[in-house]
Amino acid sequence: MPKQRQKLLVLYAHSPDLNSAITAWSVYDGSDKEKHTTGDSDEPPYDSVVAAMRDGWRVIQFPQQFPAYPGMEYNTSYLKYEYILEKLEEIDG
Amino acid sequence: MVDKKHLLTTAQMARFAADGFLRFDDFVPDTLNKAASVAMEKGEIPRMEGGTPLKEIWQDNVIGEIFNLPQIQGIMHSLVGPNPLYDHHAVHQVAAHNDHGQIWHADAIIDLRQHFDIQFFYFSHDTPREMGGTMFLPGSHYRRVSESDIARYHNFKGQYPLVCKAGTVAVAHHGMWHCAQPNLTDQMRYMFKLRLNPTVRQLKLWNTDDLEDPEINSILHTNHGWYGNEVRLEVVNRIKFWRFLTGDETFDVAYWLSRLENEPRNKMQAA
Repeated sequence: MPKQRQKLLVLYAHSPDLNSAITAWSVYDGSDKEKHTTGDSDEPPYDSVVAAMRDGWRVIQFPQQFPAYPGMEYNTSYLKYEYILEKLEEIDG
Repeated sequence: MVDKKHLLTTAQMARFAADGFLRFDDFVPDTLNKAASVAMEKGEIPRMEGGTPLKEIWQDNVIGEIFNLPQIQGIMHSLVGPNPLYDHHAVHQVAAHNDHGQIWHADAIIDLRQHFDIQFFYFSHDTPREMGGTMFLPGSHYRRVSESDIARYHNFKGQYPLVCKAGTVAVAHHGMWHCAQPNLTDQMRYMFKLRLNPTVRQLKLWNTDDLEDPEINSILHTNHGWYGNEVRLEVVNRIKFWRFLTGDETFDVAYWLSRLENEPRNKMQAA
């Protein structure tokens, strides 16, 4: 049976709608077939989370939504709508 | 005293408030660029104690000469006043054939101030894309993060690779997210970074002749895209920053804050 390794795609969406546009992204490849780093692409690999799902990516983490903490309603920090997706890649050996 | 012609305009200040940085191409003469490159290669730029007035340091060093240029003094005066303090500096190097980008980060830690420090990014030699240079994320400077907390991200829509000719200077708000980019050439890449602290209230320190320029509002309304649905929160933070810079507590963009501040206290009189 071939060995498999996890490949992760992290997509940041415009809004909680999984059809909304992707505004930031990362790829981490446990199969070592691809190496990714900061600034290595100017366009996202998919237009939306749903578009990635249609290409076989499985959503494994979904962002929860919380109301703003009192006094922090206008603070900004990390990107809120972060979806982590996976594929399993076959490797040799 | 800095000549008014070297001060930033209000439109430039608005751009700084919206994007978090400004760039100035062909800003430093080539003779100084060459001397600065040598000084960086030889490690001839001494580290100073944080909190020292900038005017007191590097008086016999090419870096001191560069940061004393009237056009750079004008930027400095406009943002942090006439006598800023040296915070720290760094000669950033990316080795030849380094194909890995630095992780995204903001310098220092979470900083709650409206008062702000500036960081100069000085490129003494040509820096084409294959050499890096430094990637900026326009509009990221109001986000409250601690240094490398943002290292999970790789790419953003609208990320901005600062690639340039020798002699280019960028100046950024201390909160700017940035990262050094891979250097695929066979030469070491250098970039000189200098952080400065204000010593005066940062209130209309620039050339305010164009303070009422109608273009200011549209600049402050810029949507950089990568923050998605949070664009309105970004604009609110810029409005607050602009009020701090101008002292105008009624300033608004697109009525975003005025609406929220409308809490009438007067009771309607009976007819």
